[in-house]
Amino acid sequence: MSTRTALHRDLGLSDDEYEAIVTRLGREPSYTELAMFSVMWSEHCSYKSSRLHLRRLPTTGPQVLVGPGEGAGVVALAPGVAVAWKIESHNHPSFVEPVNGAATGVGGIVRDVLSMGARPIALLDSLRFGPLEGAARNRYLLEGVVAGISSYGNSIGVPTVGGETSFDPCYEGNILVNVACLGVLEGPPMHARAERPGDVAVLIGAATGRDGIGGASVLASVSFAGGDDAKRPAVQVGDPFAEKLLIEACLELVRGGLLHGLQDLGAGGLTCPASEMTAGSGTGIAVDVDAVHRREPNMEPFEVMISESQERMLAIADEARVAEVLELCDRWGLPARVVGRITAQPRVVVHADDAIVADVPAPALADDAPLYDRPRRRPGWLDELAAAPCGDDPPAELAEAWLALLTSPEHACKRWIWEQYDHMIFLGTVQGPGADAAVIRLPGRDVAAVLSTDGPGRYCYLDPRAGAIAAVAEAARNVACTGARPLAVTNCLNLGSPEDEEVMWQFAEVVDGIAQACTALGTPVTGGNVSFYNATGDRAIHPTPVIGMLGVLDDARHAVGAAFSAPGDAIAVLGDTRAGDFGGSDFAATIHGTLAGRPPEVDLAAEARLASLLHRLAAQRVLTCAHDCSGGGLAVALAECALRSGLGFSVDLAAATAVAEPHRAAFSETPGRVVATCAQDALPDLLRAARAAGVPARAAGVVGGPVMDIGAARLELGAVRDAWEAALPSLLSDTVS
Amino acid sequence: MSVRAAIVSFPGSNCEQDCERVLRGLGAEVVRVWHDATDLGGCDLVVLPGGFAHGDYLRPGAIARFSPVMQAVADHAASGGLVAGICNGFQVLCEAGLLPGALRRNAGLRFICRWVEVRVDNADTALTARAGPGQVLRLPINHFEGNYHVDASTLEAMRRRGRVTLRYVDNPNGSLDAIAGICNDAGNVFGLMPHPERACDPLLGSGDGALLFGSLLDAARGRVAV
Repeated sequence: MSTRTALHRDLGLSDDEYEAIVTRLGREPSYTELAMFSVMWSEHCSYKSSRLHLRRLPTTGPQVLVGPGEGAGVVALAPGVAVAWKIESHNHPSFVEPVNGAATGVGGIVRDVLSMGARPIALLDSLRFGPLEGAARNRYLLEGVVAGISSYGNSIGVPTVGGETSFDPCYEGNILVNVACLGVLEGPPMHARAERPGDVAVLIGAATGRDGIGGASVLASVSFAGGDDAKRPAVQVGDPFAEKLLIEACLELVRGGLLHGLQDLGAGGLTCPASEMTAGSGTGIAVDVDAVHRREPNMEPFEVMISESQERMLAIADEARVAEVLELCDRWGLPARVVGRITAQPRVVVHADDAIVADVPAPALADDAPLYDRPRRRPGWLDELAAAPCGDDPPAELAEAWLALLTSPEHACKRWIWEQYDHMIFLGTVQGPGADAAVIRLPGRDVAAVLSTDGPGRYCYLDPRAGAIAAVAEAARNVACTGARPLAVTNCLNLGSPEDEEVMWQFAEVVDGIAQACTALGTPVTGGNVSFYNATGDRAIHPTPVIGMLGVLDDARHAVGAAFSAPGDAIAVLGDTRAGDFGGSDFAATIHGTLAGRPPEVDLAAEARLASLLHRLAAQRVLTCAHDCSGGGLAVALAECALRSGLGFSVDLAAATAVAEPHRAAFSETPGRVVATCAQDALPDLLRAARAAGVPARAAGVVGGPVMDIGAARLELGAVRDAWEAALPSLLSDTVS
Repeated sequence: MSVRAAIVSFPGSNCEQDCERVLRGLGAEVVRVWHDATDLGGCDLVVLPGGFAHGDYLRPGAIARFSPVMQAVADHAASGGLVAGICNGFQVLCEAGLLPGALRRNAGLRFICRWVEVRVDNADTALTARAGPGQVLRLPINHFEGNYHVDASTLEAMRRRGRVTLRYVDNPNGSLDAIAGICNDAGNVFGLMPHPERACDPLLGSGDGALLFGSLLDAARGRVAV
């Protein structure tokens, strides 16, 4: 027992969990079995700390065709048009090895969407790093992550159309790399099931090697302790060429009706689909590890069963048609081998060298992982933090503060990042990176999917529930600004260690906040991912729920942009401004270096009214521009419309906000606000429509000229634009344009 | 009579669907040809689309030039047939020796996906006939290796004979002489780094790409009529 005990701890299992395995098996596990349990019972694969709470999320609605539990959620976009939508994290691998960590993050989410029988057509990345002005490693990580996304996403031919990049010291030791993928279904959804005993399991794709052993367990399911470069072998290495072939081959297999089930191999390797597909269907599987095509000789059976080598899918097919499956894969130049057979006995039995090396009930691996109701404690420091000065003192010089915000890495032009991504392939990118939300016209149709990601970490640090509500509201508002109707949410919940009672409290609050906001806005959660252990030693990241909002725009030609459109257009501000929304604000962080107070409160009913007003105004072609007002307040939102268009503006901020103090009118971050423009003669209509919809609206000024003028401060647009565009490249190693 | 266009795909090509949609939209009949084919099915125009043929392993186009279909492409070109290589297709044609020069890594050593302006350097070719001399077109580029290079004497001969078709207004990648597109000496094989198929719909940012595809189809139609 003593060596075994040491072994299970090395594999990331607790003593209690080891005892639970012994109980379920009625005996000590074999080495291979222990390895299989260690990955399937890892936090990353089993959601053992989060499942109890995730049940509180709303997951149903008429638009939801497939909810959480499959490879990706499936949402009806229009009659006969369905899309798959899912987000996932690859935080730990990307910190240890940024290029391959980020690249395989893209690969993994693409296969999730592919497993639904959907063609992946858009990617978004939600990234968090430590301050670029700080340690060189922060810059190295950003450059590596961008290079990884670029090399992989471009090569597989899926456009990267949006996302966000944000900076805070809390991410210095634990960066976040969350990748969302949208796919369009060509027929009914595929599923990850193996319902018919006698069917065969075909492993399609790259050969299995020793890379990524323990990626789910020793890497993704523990906090960092420093010196984590030693974990580099647990990071997988991606081959985008193989992934591209895998996409085409799998879509052709699905289209040809050759498959009964399909699942990708990600965390947990072959063990994951072998147990999940069967456990979900009441069947079992006999796996022959000797049949698995391998990258290197002398691999142990346990290595084959838990290797996280990339670019692999497990397909379930009728034995009578398996020759067609193999032939099709061969035509695409993809290795494919029959590695197992579905059995009526609900067990996962692994054969190697004519011996049985593992024989365990499929549900014990997939469904019966321990379920923890971990202790939670509201942090004592929260009240003190809420009562502390929130950083709303006026700046020495308003124009300087405004410029400082616009050229901070947070708001600086991100072109350096997104120009490295193919964001145009598939001819659907009506609005791409740099917009509030990506507008992706579906192939051969007028209808567009509209996508946005948001995750305000600082708000969530001050109040996880209020912050999560703000995240959902902002993502919905971004989508609504294009004229689209928000439909459904995928979420990636990034937090510290669930074994920390305060983190666990934050997690429960975040879930409740999302549940409340998604219910109010009618946007059910169709799936997502929980990433715990984003901590180094005792230092955890801010709770960072990243919300991926999916909306629908019936006609892509009616999409409203976030840049000013024409000189002379009238500017209106929709939504009321409160003078004191500075807790967790960009102004407080950038100008005063302060993070304290209360985050802004969201009025969800008002958000819903605002969204339907925007939808109506866009359909009537009244709006010439609509831009969400969030981080940095109204002054930053107005400047962004100008910087993206090259058109200045003149606005009476006091009239637009009914707030007297200039810096409060400029930088307060009251949610529920949008900068909207229209032709001058349409302004009365716009204001009337807003009044009728119960949305406060105020005429604010006019578009045009070479200056950005908010009354109390003026900036010359050309000079600011140069500084805004240069800010990010000048912080990075290479400034060659 | 509609033009029959063959789109040649290699494992790892990824712009073949976009090219097909655009060519069909312009009235062409499109056949897709896999890289292991040995004939092109009697087509009037061959398009080598963008992407990462064979993963761009070794270097872009270096493996694709050995694909069986390239013999058929060479035969088609030798008999005067029209061939157009876009982005990765341009790289393949250079590696295959059907076009002079090579495409090196971008001067900034980063991938670039960006709208650029190119000026029509010679409007008297099968690719550019619908455009006016010196006309500026708005097209997207999307590449890591688009930095065109060729030896000085070949460049001199290309210039003299009007074999430079498109030049960047603001050179994004360090290309020699700001070259964005060229054709062979016989004037029937074209290579260009910008993606005209992504610029055939004003909703996406430009319709200028249709001028280039339209020119190619006109030229192919001329051949069909003969």
